[in-house]
Amino acid sequence: MNRSPYISEAPSVTSIMLKVMLALVPAIAAYVWVYGGGILVTLALASLTAIVTEALMLKLRDRPVRLFITDGSALVTAWLLALALPPLAPWWLIVLGTAIAIVVAKQIYGGLGNNPFNPAMVGYAALLISFPALMTTWPAPLALAEFELGFVDQMLFIFSGNLPAGVALDAVTSATPLDYLKTQLTLNHSLQEITQSPIFGTLGATGGELVAAAYLLGGLYLIQQRIITWHLPVAFLAAIAIMAGLFYLADAGRFADPALHLFGGATMLCAFFIITDPVSGPTTPRGKLIFAAGIGIMTYVIRVYGGYPDGVAFAVIFFNICVPLIDAYTQPRVFGHDK
Amino acid sequence: MNAIVNLSELIKRKLGKTGLSSFNGGVHPPQHKLESTTSPIRPVPPPARLVLPLRQHVGNVSKLQVATGDHVLKGQLLARADGQVSAAVHAPTSGTIAAIDNQLIPHPSGLPDISITLEADGRDEWIARQPLDYKAMSKQELLDSLREAGVVGLGGATFPSHIKLREDARHPVRTLIINGAECEPYISCDDMLMRERAAEIVRGIEIMRYLLDAGRCVIGIEDNKPQAAAAMRAAAADSEVAIDVAEVPTIYPGGGAKQLIKVITGLEVPSGRLPSEIGVQCFNVATAYSVHRLVHHGEPVISRIVTVTGHVGHAGNYEVPLGMSIRELVELAGGKAIPELIMGGPMMGFNLPSADVPVVKATNCIIVPDSAMFPEPPPALPCIRCTRCADACPANLQPQELYWFSKSQNLDKAREYKIFDCIECGCCTYVCPSNIPLVQYYRFAKSEIIAQDRAREAADIARERNEFRLKRIEREKQERAQKHAQKAAGAKTEAAPADDAKKAAIAAAIERAKAQKAEMTPKNTEAVSPVVAAEIAEIETRRAEVQAASTTEARTEEKQSTEEAK
Amino acid sequence: MLTALYVMLGLALLLGVVLGYSALKFKVEGDPLVARIDAILPQTQCGQCGYPGCKPYAMAIAKGEADINQCPPGGDAGVHALADLLGVEYKPLNAEHGLPKPKSVAVIDENVCIGCTLCIQACPVDAILGAAKHMHTVIASECTGCELCVAPCPVDCITMEPIAESPANWKWRYPVFEIKPEPAVTRKIAE
Repeated sequence: MNRSPYISEAPSVTSIMLKVMLALVPAIAAYVWVYGGGILVTLALASLTAIVTEALMLKLRDRPVRLFITDGSALVTAWLLALALPPLAPWWLIVLGTAIAIVVAKQIYGGLGNNPFNPAMVGYAALLISFPALMTTWPAPLALAEFELGFVDQMLFIFSGNLPAGVALDAVTSATPLDYLKTQLTLNHSLQEITQSPIFGTLGATGGELVAAAYLLGGLYLIQQRIITWHLPVAFLAAIAIMAGLFYLADAGRFADPALHLFGGATMLCAFFIITDPVSGPTTPRGKLIFAAGIGIMTYVIRVYGGYPDGVAFAVIFFNICVPLIDAYTQPRVFGHDK
Repeated sequence: MNAIVNLSELIKRKLGKTGLSSFNGGVHPPQHKLESTTSPIRPVPPPARLVLPLRQHVGNVSKLQVATGDHVLKGQLLARADGQVSAAVHAPTSGTIAAIDNQLIPHPSGLPDISITLEADGRDEWIARQPLDYKAMSKQELLDSLREAGVVGLGGATFPSHIKLREDARHPVRTLIINGAECEPYISCDDMLMRERAAEIVRGIEIMRYLLDAGRCVIGIEDNKPQAAAAMRAAAADSEVAIDVAEVPTIYPGGGAKQLIKVITGLEVPSGRLPSEIGVQCFNVATAYSVHRLVHHGEPVISRIVTVTGHVGHAGNYEVPLGMSIRELVELAGGKAIPELIMGGPMMGFNLPSADVPVVKATNCIIVPDSAMFPEPPPALPCIRCTRCADACPANLQPQELYWFSKSQNLDKAREYKIFDCIECGCCTYVCPSNIPLVQYYRFAKSEIIAQDRAREAADIARERNEFRLKRIEREKQERAQKHAQKAAGAKTEAAPADDAKKAAIAAAIERAKAQKAEMTPKNTEAVSPVVAAEIAEIETRRAEVQAASTTEARTEEKQSTEEAK
Repeated sequence: MLTALYVMLGLALLLGVVLGYSALKFKVEGDPLVARIDAILPQTQCGQCGYPGCKPYAMAIAKGEADINQCPPGGDAGVHALADLLGVEYKPLNAEHGLPKPKSVAVIDENVCIGCTLCIQACPVDAILGAAKHMHTVIASECTGCELCVAPCPVDCITMEPIAESPANWKWRYPVFEIKPEPAVTRKIAE
């Protein structure tokens, strides 16, 4: 057998996936700090669903189950989806979303390496369209909530939908800043009035900005480990910052400042963990810049003019479709060729 | 931390005082060169039996000059270069030609090829050697003697050197690069040659420089070989011509000709073109050494330095007569001739089909692996498009796309994405987290495309010849019809006395017979290529021989029968 | 109302001019389809398709008289290429016209040949050399392996020999498929 090269220094796919999960740990810790331990239940549920559905689909497709389960890609999808969902989403929503991500977005297209769309975002988008109310009901950060749910209370709520006696749903939930911003703007409130609300923090949302900072930290770790390149996050964040900056300069009364857009919503999660999914993204350096900048612009447009408070999922899915085109037009110059 | 190191390396390279350029990607595999550089080059006495394949170089198979049973001397010509792109084969020792037949050769196909088997007589007796006064002869004469001496690129490509040393008025060579980079792990034959025979290499370089009339001459050596660089620098200082030594950064595949040219001159060899077209020519140090052996000692290429390393008792470099069995060489180095022997390095080498293949001009290294050295890769997973391969590719290709097209046998697309700019260095496979044997897919796709192109060319020739034949038949038909018509018209005007009619009938019959005869003689030898014409000539002589033989046979038979009758 | 009419009229004129111009500018000489079909055919000139050569077969395909699956030397790949070119459905080779064989060349046994020239007349690409009462020889590099010379030979001295694989024409193999299917599948395939 001629199989040169005979040596390899490659990290395995599994180790890459584990590093991505490791990079998510600070954000999860921040999450627990801000919203309580319920996220751990969500993560566990999503992981379990992902592994079970992945195994089932592999079995049905006659693929080696063990080889593909141990690659860790299903877990990464599950974690990303779990972190994108509202922290107190009911159990069936988590299970359904994960199942859609794994079965429809990943396995039906051919499993690892063959999905044209980001599985986590497909799961998220499907849930957002089907259950908009549930998907936009975010718990208030513990610091702001009228009633602080304990870990057990949160778990009970996830599984049964029941709150402790005497606690109203309103007491534990609040609108997210982007959501609040959108509804209040339609009521003709000025931005200055709106941002007086305690849900706005220094940069983004109270509490949420801490989680965003943790994503940023994890993302920098991934760049340092050469799991992702700088192109995608930098282009994405720059596009959002420039868009938000231009609009903010044009009319500071109607458009939020760039910091809110960078540290609010799912921006940081998206910048370092969602759009950096290699399978559904472009491969050329220039293509990465175009792809990420496109998602950034589109996210901003959906946030400001669209029907949903955040547009990351739709923007990502839309640009996933464009990937083959982007790749085809951004082929780098090959050694010894002009152009 | 890694990122910082990489960045600082990049900055150093970009701003370095060396004035060196760089290329995309590359990898840093473990070197493993120390094992084979602790002892000097060891000479190997000629073995009892040598096998010399006639195809040890790029180009035409060389033409046999000896027959079975002939006694030859060391250095005697066994097979002559056939055409320009070809190289000669010589006897590495004195002895008798035992056989000329198909033998296993060190080739990834594992197929046998035409080879000369030489039984040594043990006397190791040289043919008369004549050093060349190269400045007194014309450059063409010198090139011819290089061709006659079988000088080819000993870096592994084995391209006949006389072609690269030919001066071309359209593309004068400004920079002559001597490749001593030796970037591939384990291999150290060039390193040891430079350490021990620097002066001789420089003598060879002087001749090459003279032939090409190159203005600048640079020896490129990776900075992991300080001893070789020092030796070459000292030898270059003694030379009457200016020869620079450039220590290039150690990065695989920095020793690839195109990569080394880029690093030293900053120029990229255009795709599908030759380095000479950008005024650069690149030779391996061992090639320079063999030029020196020929010119100053009158010795053709009959041996080379081979690194034997890995799981052997005395890893090191050996000066091996060409044609020696690799089994004997490995055993001489204190290793076992196991079936998994690798020729070349771990990045681009290949498994030998058997240990019983000869050392050839391309054999730079033999690795005897043990199970721990090169473990089987884990099962391959699907490509996740992580683009580590693209980051590592020295040709700046998109290996993940090429993989996709090669795997689905979408050959046109593979070509469009420049698969022929792939140098098969293996960097992509080396860094692939999914353990995909990328290079194997590219090799497959390339050889399929080449086969397709050849088939298309053959089809074009067949179409042309078929059309030509149809035209010829048409023309002949018309000519015949014309003649008949003329005859008929002539007959009519003579207006039919009986005698004349008879005459005319006879004439027509003769004409018919003539036409028939003409038809019998094939006219299909018009408009053929020179190659085919040569083939035809050969066939004609063979035919004449057969005919002569058969007539004499017939005559003897006749004689016999008459004698019997008596 | 009138404006709309004018606009439509103007558009029609403009498009007409553009179409007329491009028809002149990008005019295609001859019948390129036959040439393009002929380019796909292997030029073996063997006549297995039922036509006296590759060009006539190409013309027949272009006219719609012949099917695309009548060329065994072109193989499956050839049918696929023709299907792609003509935009029709792929169909497997028609076994009536023969099956694909490894590429061969004709070899004349020079000791048996009586020099009758029948094979020379049969060869579609003039790859056989010889004259009446003289021994004939095949120019191997020109032989397309059509086998048309085999039948006419009165002394059966022509054989078809497959081209052997050598280090010169050897090809790298397709890498063994890397993901081993579950044993269940292997069994299914084996059955």
